[in-house]
Amino acid sequence: MAPSQQFSVQVEVLLRDGIADPQGATIERALPALGLTGVTGVRAGKSFRFDIAAADEADALAQATVVADRLLANPVIEESVVTVRPA
Amino acid sequence: MAPRIGVVLFPGTNCEHDAVHAVERLGGDAELVWHGATSLGAYDGLILPGGFAHGDYLRPGAIARFSPVMEAVAGYAAAGGPVVGICNGFQVLTEAGLLPGALQKNRGLRFLCTTVTIRVESGRTSLTDGVEVGTELSIPINHFEGNYTCDADTLAELRGEDRVVLRYVDNPNGSVDDIAGVCNAGRNVVGLMPHPERAVDALLGSLDGTVLLGALLRSAGATTPAT
Repeated sequence: MAPSQQFSVQVEVLLRDGIADPQGATIERALPALGLTGVTGVRAGKSFRFDIAAADEADALAQATVVADRLLANPVIEESVVTVRPA
Repeated sequence: MAPRIGVVLFPGTNCEHDAVHAVERLGGDAELVWHGATSLGAYDGLILPGGFAHGDYLRPGAIARFSPVMEAVAGYAAAGGPVVGICNGFQVLTEAGLLPGALQKNRGLRFLCTTVTIRVESGRTSLTDGVEVGTELSIPINHFEGNYTCDADTLAELRGEDRVVLRYVDNPNGSVDDIAGVCNAGRNVVGLMPHPERAVDALLGSLDGTVLLGALLRSAGATTPAT
């Protein structure tokens, strides 16, 4: 089936639970300086957006998942969440 | 004949000449290999030197892993050829899946540029062959992402198979189990964060890098990978 539709993809990459997140911890430690003392659980990650030409949404998701798993995230330390919607 | 070492050069690598100099100083031949190369059969050993391959964009080593030369490096490693990844080269080897684990940002988010003491934990690898276990070496480090991480099963495997090659005496970066270097199951692929190629001249503070790179040259002289 020829690609017939454009899809917008968002991939969010975060460190896996249990992997130390020194960036998140450092951001959290800075927050009391803003007078905010109730913010906890800060985690730092990366967000990627791109477009994919695909036959349908399932095809777009499959392609985007390959991008996320093979390149954008390192599965040893990171996990990714892929969101696809029609462009 | 002097062992011939290929020093792999990615765009953004910056320790290649130090590596070449160190190999030559120890009596080996060294040659730069561009990352577009697809054949490595001419070499008795490989060094993936430090730097910022492909700008370290995305993650250190994440793009370099797709450089054409990496398929040849994987084949070379599978054939038993000695491969050593130093600093960024270590990161490239983990991203390529040739070594287990990953290097993440240092504990404390501090870029570290100093000299540390490391201890040889295994004398049975291409970088430590013949080196007595327990030997302590003074070697420079220079990294932001040197915090070695792996899951508990992998760590147990590394320990159980004597594949933790080097440990920091005083852990500078948060690496799990003080790990400074590991090897693959075949023991011919070794990655380490410290820079032995920067410790081959007393004028620069330490000669201890010659212990490791000398072992690499011995390993390279003893094997002829069929690639």
